[in-house]
Amino acid sequence: MVQIEYLHKKFGTNHVLSGIDLEIEQGGIFAVLGPNGSGKTTLIKSILGMVIPDSGNIKISGEIVRNQWKYRNEINYLPQIANFPGNLKVKELINMIKDLRAGKKAEDQHLIELFRLAPFMNKKLSNLSGGTKQKVNLVLTFMFDSPLIILDEPTSGLDPISYLRLKELIKAEKVKEKTILITSHIMGFVEEIADEIVFLLEGKIYFKGSIRELKAKTEQPDFEHAIASILTTSDV
Amino acid sequence: MKNLFYIAFIFLQLSLSPSFAQNLEVCASCEFTSITGAVEIAKDFDTILVKKGTYKEYNIGITKPITIIAEGNPVIDGENKGEIITIQADNVTIDGLHIINVGTSYTTDFAAVRVVKSENFLLQNLTLERLFFGIYLEKANNGKILNNTIIGDAVEEFSSGNGIQLWHCKNVEVRGNKVKKVRDGIYLEFSDEITISNNISSNNLRYGLHFMFSNHDTYVNNLFENNGAGVAVMFSKFIKMEGNTFRKNWGTASFGLLLKEINDSEIINNVFEENTVGINVEGSNRVNYFHNDFKNNGWALKVRGACYNNIFKENNFLYNSFDVSYNSRLNDNKFEGNYWSNYTGYDLNRNGIGDVPYRPVKLFSYIVNRTPETIILLRSLFIDIIDFSEKVSPIFTPDNLVDKNPMLKPIHHGTN
Amino acid sequence: MFKILKYSFFDLVRSRWSYVYFLFYLLLGIVLLFLNNDLSKAVITLMNVIIILVPLIGTIFGVMYYYNSREFTELLLAQPVKRSSIFLGQYFGVAFSLAMSLVIGLGLPFVFYGIFNSSAIWDFSLLLITGALLTFIFTALAFVIALANENKIKGFGYAILLWLFMAVIYDGLFLMSLIYFEDYPLDKFSLAATMLNPVDLSRVLILLKLDISALLGYTGAVFQKFFGTNLGLILSTGMLVLWVLIPTGIIYRMAKRKDF
Repeated sequence: MVQIEYLHKKFGTNHVLSGIDLEIEQGGIFAVLGPNGSGKTTLIKSILGMVIPDSGNIKISGEIVRNQWKYRNEINYLPQIANFPGNLKVKELINMIKDLRAGKKAEDQHLIELFRLAPFMNKKLSNLSGGTKQKVNLVLTFMFDSPLIILDEPTSGLDPISYLRLKELIKAEKVKEKTILITSHIMGFVEEIADEIVFLLEGKIYFKGSIRELKAKTEQPDFEHAIASILTTSDV
Repeated sequence: MKNLFYIAFIFLQLSLSPSFAQNLEVCASCEFTSITGAVEIAKDFDTILVKKGTYKEYNIGITKPITIIAEGNPVIDGENKGEIITIQADNVTIDGLHIINVGTSYTTDFAAVRVVKSENFLLQNLTLERLFFGIYLEKANNGKILNNTIIGDAVEEFSSGNGIQLWHCKNVEVRGNKVKKVRDGIYLEFSDEITISNNISSNNLRYGLHFMFSNHDTYVNNLFENNGAGVAVMFSKFIKMEGNTFRKNWGTASFGLLLKEINDSEIINNVFEENTVGINVEGSNRVNYFHNDFKNNGWALKVRGACYNNIFKENNFLYNSFDVSYNSRLNDNKFEGNYWSNYTGYDLNRNGIGDVPYRPVKLFSYIVNRTPETIILLRSLFIDIIDFSEKVSPIFTPDNLVDKNPMLKPIHHGTN
Repeated sequence: MFKILKYSFFDLVRSRWSYVYFLFYLLLGIVLLFLNNDLSKAVITLMNVIIILVPLIGTIFGVMYYYNSREFTELLLAQPVKRSSIFLGQYFGVAFSLAMSLVIGLGLPFVFYGIFNSSAIWDFSLLLITGALLTFIFTALAFVIALANENKIKGFGYAILLWLFMAVIYDGLFLMSLIYFEDYPLDKFSLAATMLNPVDLSRVLILLKLDISALLGYTGAVFQKFFGTNLGLILSTGMLVLWVLIPTGIIYRMAKRKDF
């Protein structure tokens, strides 16, 4: 589904990605983990074309994505910080995204009910709380049917009920053979839903495999400790 | 009273004539087929009627008091051979002739109609075209030039003549003429007590009106438009300029009105509109500028050289790029109670007079005098800033050049 | 691109600032016309406003909009939209809404005053066209500055500096160099220097209407040709359009390479 070859990216003198090779197969939930500044978001943004890599290739469904834009029609992306143009109403924002992806079927009504957003539809985005914004964000992400779904910190700011709904949503997408890329700091969440872990460290892939394989490699009984042990050993 | 006298005078003339005055007709099938022929035969106080037709004649000399009247727009075609009519007698009237193709010469000033050393002439309703000089008065006094149309085709100054020229004349009335496309529309040299009124002088190569060494003259209600340089009044005294309009005299050396060495004169109720320079004043003293409108000129007033005791009162200065420009720091002229559209002061006691004096000379006008290319920075914010600082503490501009009583509203001059 | 333009435009049209800007011009127009009751004077004052204020507002607004709509931009970047369309769309959205505020805000009072029956209609239209072009130019320059500077404060700083330079400092340097080199023929130089600053360019374009009598007082043949014929009008307008196109091109190129 996604092939990344020898990906390099520098911001000034800061080498954020230094030679990433990664192949993500179709179907399944992949968690991209790593400490702060390890390049998770940069990697995701490179896939989306928001960051232009210095070298290397990214292929989605076999096509190189550099300077292309139509391929994003096949990706649903949930950005990390859900800030929207404040003057727009929720309804208008949803309609606008639908308009931008005209030709795709949108299932927004169901999601709006799921996250109980109906009372907010006519409010301006600048007047919404962080959690509500995140819900809107989720609606925008999940309302289209795309083979690749990228979620950057999807759980932030959500109340427990919405959190449950999100997990259900993700699982439902998985059932539909979607490829889902997630970054998150909530290890429990990752452990619960991820099929495979991609661990980034200093711009390189430190580990790629299932949670069980990670535990075996680090000789740790549980997932959180396994992660912690990677971080401590790499520090030494 | 005057009219009565005039009628009496005509009767006297009629009764005194040895034989009663006759009408001589000129046309292709008439007794006379040429004007020259008719003039030769005509006796004093006869009238020659020139009928419709084209007469190829030149050098028509008139040496006796006769009247020539055109009927049905006859044309005299001089075929560029020389002068057409020369008058050397008193009491000659020429009315309504259409004269074309006056000869051009570099040695002789051929004219369509010339009056030499004569009095009581009347030249009216003439149409002069393709000419060198139009009407040329030489030492002629007490005559009238009325309602003539003079249309030249002047291209170069050296090969063209003037529309109406007065040389050493006295007491002549020039009224209601239209002069176009000649060198100087109306030219006066050594001519006194001349009245020039209601003429239109436009599109001339050099000046619309040109005065040299002529005193006690008056010109009123004329329109001078789009002339090469405008109107020049030079080396003259006691000139009255009233109710004239000076428009659209554009160009590097152009002005509405040039005053050079003019003393004791009056400039009242004139309109100066869209000229590069409204009035260019050099070495003029005791001139009163009252109730004039200066509108949309590059410079409303350019004062150069020694000008003393001039008074500028109750004029309107409207939207000129520069109101007044001086080339020295000295000022002996008085600005009083004018309206300046660039004035930004206030009137707290509401008496219609601004409480803050107005300084019509801007620093920028000095800069432009010095480096003309800087004109391209006109109305730039930077220029506004330096002008403002100069206004606050004058260094380059005459300190006493202020209008202490600037009006807040444009002045209505009233009709005259 | 037109979808983005549409949304940016609607977003702006709804923002408070557009109203402030619009009301400001409306008020200015009304004050100038109905308190003064003098059309020629109003046109002259307007000219000062247009060549100074319009660039300032264009720059500030452009920079502000860019920084404020970062999130919007990021949202759009993840959508199947061409990159250059996003930025050009936003740019044109801002520039159009500003230009419209200007044209309608000033136009309305003048229409009510009866500008259509006045000979000043051409001067006035020229003013509005120049103002609209300046809005496009300075909004584009603001976008270039904002695209080049991640740091908001820096971006604002450069934007103000740009305005100050174009509106005041440039003319100061220009004047000094003219006076310093006054012994040389300067008309080509001064025309060239004018072409290189859109504020000067617009000023000259308006001078052609308001002060043609003064401009024709200068002897230089190049000046005479420039101001005396339609050459000046055509060349100045052409240069202004170029001043819109070049920064727009830069926006296009920068947008292609920029990371978010």
